[in-house]
Amino acid sequence: MSISIWIIPAIILLILLTATYKRVPTYEKFVEGGKEGIDIAISLLPFLIGMMVSIAIFRASGAMEAFITLVKPLTVLLGMPEEILPLALVRPLSGTAALGMTSELIKTYGPDSFIGYLASVMQGSTDTTFYILTVYFGAVGIKKMGDALKVGLAADMIGIIASIIVVTILFS
Amino acid sequence: MVNIIWSLLAVIGIVFAAFNGTMGEVNKAIFSTIDDAIMITLTMMGVLIFWLGLTRIAEEAGLLRGLATLFRPVVQRIFPDIPKDHPAMGYILSNMTANLFGLGNAATPMGLKAMKELKQLHGKDTASRSMITFLAINTSSITLIPTTVIAIRMKYGSVDPTAVVGAAIIATTISTTGALLIDRYFYWRRYRRGAE
Repeated sequence: MSISIWIIPAIILLILLTATYKRVPTYEKFVEGGKEGIDIAISLLPFLIGMMVSIAIFRASGAMEAFITLVKPLTVLLGMPEEILPLALVRPLSGTAALGMTSELIKTYGPDSFIGYLASVMQGSTDTTFYILTVYFGAVGIKKMGDALKVGLAADMIGIIASIIVVTILFS
Repeated sequence: MVNIIWSLLAVIGIVFAAFNGTMGEVNKAIFSTIDDAIMITLTMMGVLIFWLGLTRIAEEAGLLRGLATLFRPVVQRIFPDIPKDHPAMGYILSNMTANLFGLGNAATPMGLKAMKELKQLHGKDTASRSMITFLAINTSSITLIPTTVIAIRMKYGSVDPTAVVGAAIIATTISTTGALLIDRYFYWRRYRRGAE
């Protein structure tokens, strides 16, 4: 892990050295480019609040849990360990909830157990589709997502199935 | 579809809460989430300012163009709609590189810049083909080193915290490839309908 603390400083160094060599006014350009960040962040807010509140209502009401209980019998059919199902369902919807579940699973079953490996790989190889779509489309003010949501959710499903297969082959 | 899913999540939640007796939690969740969203935005604003500032320097120094030229053959094939030497290419590649190294907070600013360029290219406020492809890649998360997961595994005393790296790379490669294929399929469907 010690290598990861070098990556960002190395990138900064590379950019600043090249830019100075090419006589780019570094500080001025930094400020100029940074200003754009303010506008992007502000224009994101309505998208983010809208999506996050809706998901929070679904979660806090207990509907999410009920839904998971409802589809649990399906997991047996698919050969998926039922402990992992909540994580698989929540992963595309809420990043914080998924991270909490992954920690919980790793804590309960141990990081080096089958469930622990599966939770780790699933958490690491898929992303929060709803959040990404909200942020990326929100930043440029696009309200009609077209096929993006379908493609993203289908990709999540592939990621989850792939995680189960790969972990089963490698660790059991 | 977004309109329906968005409304449905809230509607189901509220109706469910009415029967489940969790209306208090729902109320609390609404307002704490608004605070959360503001905090996320503020944190993100700092990260955006920092990385977009650096990116601007990198752009002026010709580094983004260099990156784009280096990987053009591959990326051109994934994004056939983006003209050669368009700045969007440089941002897309920076986003992918940052993702590969697990630098999530650097990946987002580059990704948002890429989206801005793609929107200018498209000129409409609907999602373009390239945007959908770009998001397909991002949601399937091309990560080489899942840093967060490794940290959690370390915290709970794993004998080999990085044992999952190989498995995650394989799984992520499969899901990214799958995402690209599904994206192509949906494009072909739109194309056949004459929508594109």
